[in-house]
Formats: sequence, structure tokens, C-alpha cells
Amino acid sequence: MNMRTPLKNVRHLGSAKEGADHFWMQRVTAVANLVLGLFLVWLIASLAGADYATVKSTLANPIVALLLAMLIVSATIHMRLGMQVIIEDYITRESTKIVLLLLNNFFAILVASASVWAILKLSFA
Amino acid sequence: MVQLTLPKNSQITQGKTWNQRGSKGRWKQFSIYRWSPDTGENPHIDNYWINTDECGPMVLDALIKIKNEIDQTLTFRRSCREGICGSCSMNIDGTNTLACLKAIDDVSGTVKVYPLPHMTVIKDLVPDMSHFYAQHRSIEPWLKTDTPTPPIEWKQSREDREQLNGLYECILCACCSTSCPSYWWNSDRYLGPAILLQAYRWINDSRDEATGQRLDDLEDPFRLYRCHTILNCTRACPKGLNPAKAIAELKKLMVERRV
Ligand code: SF4
Ligand code: SF4
Ligand code: FES
Repeated sequence: MNMRTPLKNVRHLGSAKEGADHFWMQRVTAVANLVLGLFLVWLIASLAGADYATVKSTLANPIVALLLAMLIVSATIHMRLGMQVIIEDYITRESTKIVLLLLNNFFAILVASASVWAILKLSFA
Repeated sequence: MVQLTLPKNSQITQGKTWNQRGSKGRWKQFSIYRWSPDTGENPHIDNYWINTDECGPMVLDALIKIKNEIDQTLTFRRSCREGICGSCSMNIDGTNTLACLKAIDDVSGTVKVYPLPHMTVIKDLVPDMSHFYAQHRSIEPWLKTDTPTPPIEWKQSREDREQLNGLYECILCACCSTSCPSYWWNSDRYLGPAILLQAYRWINDSRDEATGQRLDDLEDPFRLYRCHTILNCTRACPKGLNPAKAIAELKKLMVERRV
């Protein structure tokens, strides 16, 4: 039997006093994804049909490599934030939620570091 | 996980038909959700026929007619019967609205009447609003000032008063909150559109001196940021208000005070 008052339940542990950062970061990375995504589309179009050597020499250009790496970082941050919200929305069991949130972080970092490593390898090799 | 199916004891069964349609007049069938805590039975749908020629124009008129003339056990809330008290909110023809503002003729075919979705039912069309009211209480919906109260009144310019239009009219019927999927899944922690609109009403009041503290209390991944701009709330509001916009304004203020 729960004999707490409704107001006690609503106030619970109080406000976390955060959330605005998450919200703002989601918008900032959305804008960055759009701009950098357009660059990626343009890059792929201009490299269509090119052989491995041409792709490699294009990626050797530090500006191209940096823009691609930035897209990876921005996109994975955006993905992590979005997935976090979905997990918080739908998973009510505290233990499952925490495990999934951890996995979400690890997955995003794995995707980001593997992709950046691949770009660097192409760029420096 | 979110529950997508009803538990066994909440599954709705077919109830009984209380009367038959007559030969003269314009008859309309009402299919109404019934549940009583006293019987231990599952909820069921009962059917009633009403001659709309001998009934007022609104769904609430039909409910009152049923209670007076056909079935005294039908339970629902109402008071003002003109859209100002917020008591008669329920789900009619698939949307949350006020029974006293919903015209019977606006519904084609059978009029289906259910309690507000995703609320604990006390009986028939009466949901338990205590959590919703506690959420309203939690945003401290009153004028907060530190400046000593002036001898006559707190003054407000015409322009500042206009800032409250579209907010002060809210009658706390909960049609918006109970149409919001985010509120369905997380109402234990998410305040929902109605309460956030009320919170914004006080944050946006030029006489209130607790704006920052109010924003502090709202800045929370669950209290405020469960809103994903699905906009069901705005579509549902029978008073034509826009809770989604109020929430967007709150999110804007949260960013504004840090950039
Ligand atoms: S806009 Fe926000 S509050 Fe309105 S229905 Fe959507 S999630 Fe709910
Ligand atoms: S905003 Fe509209 S729907 Fe929501 S509680 Fe207020 S009057 Fe009802
Ligand atoms: S009876 Fe008051 S709002 Fe419908």
C-alpha cells in the first residue's frame, strides 16, 4: 500500500536542473549534420567512378579528412542523444534503462572511433 | 517496457443494450464505457438509444437524458454545461473533448463515449484526477513576489496583460495531457501539456518575480523535456489553446538564459 500523498510523488527527487544542454546540443549537431552531410554528398558525387588511388589522394587533403571526421563526431553525438531519449521514453525498469543507456554510450563511441580511424588510415596511408 | 496491451481485467467486453429505437423521431445510438469498482467485472460497453428530437444538442445533454430516463447508474462529471468548469472531459468519437461542447450531430453514426485515455478509472466516465491536480499544485500556480505588496494592486501594462491571452483561458480539463503519448508513457514524471501551459502562464506573467526559480524547477529531462512536439495536445484542446507552443516557449527561455 502506498500511503504517500500525490504531491509527494510528483515532487519526488526534485528537478535535475539539466536538460537544456541536451536539447541545445541536439539542435547544434542537427545543423552541423546538415551542412557536413551536404559536403559528403558533394564529395561522393565528385568521386563517383574514381579509382582507389584518386580517393586516397583526395582524402590526403587535410580539409577533406577533417570535414569528414567532424561529420562522424557530430552525427554520432546526435545519434547518441536521440537514442538516449528513446530509451528514457519507453523503458520504465530502472536497471534495464541504465544498462541500455551505457550500451548506447559505448556503441556511439565505438562507431565514432572506428570511423575516424578509417578516415585517418586512408588519409595518411 | 511501455504496455501496449490492456491487462486481462481491463479488457473491454460487450455489455447490454438498454432500450430499442422508436419508430418516430431521429434516433441515435450511444455506446458508453461502463466499469464499476463494486462488481469485480471487466469493463463493458453498454448501448442506449436516444431520440435526438427530444434531447438537447450536445453529447452531455444525451448523457443527462440517459441518466434521468434510462439508467440511473451511469456515472459522469459535469457542472457548468457550457465549457467553463472542465468537469465533463471525456473521449467522444475517438477524441478527447468536453461533452458539453461536442454536438451530437457532429458525430456520424454511433456516438462512442469513453473516459479520458490512460487514466485510472474511478467509475464509468470518471477518471482519477488527483495526480494531475498534484502536478498542477507542484508548479505553484499563484503570484510569487518579494517586493512588498503595494497598497492597492500589482500593476500590469496592457501589453503585458496581452501576454497572458491564450494561457489564462485554460480550464484544466486534461483533454490535452491525456491525448499526449509522452504523458501516457511517463506521466509519473512528465508534467504534460496542461501543466506546462499553466507553468508558462506564471513564467510569462509580468508581475511574477519568481521566473528564474520557476524555470529551475522545470529544467529536467522528464518534467519538461519529454515533450517531443507531437502536437496531439493542441489538436485536442476544446478551448482552442496551444499548449505545444507554450512548451516551445519554455524550451526557448531555457536556452535564452544560457546563451
Ligand atoms: S507537443 Fe508535447 S505535450 Fe503536446 S502532445 Fe506532443 S509531446 Fe505531448
Ligand atoms: S490547455 Fe486546453 S485541453 Fe489542456 S487542460 Fe487547458 S483547456 Fe484543457
Ligand atoms: S460541464 Fe463544465 S466544461 Fe462541460
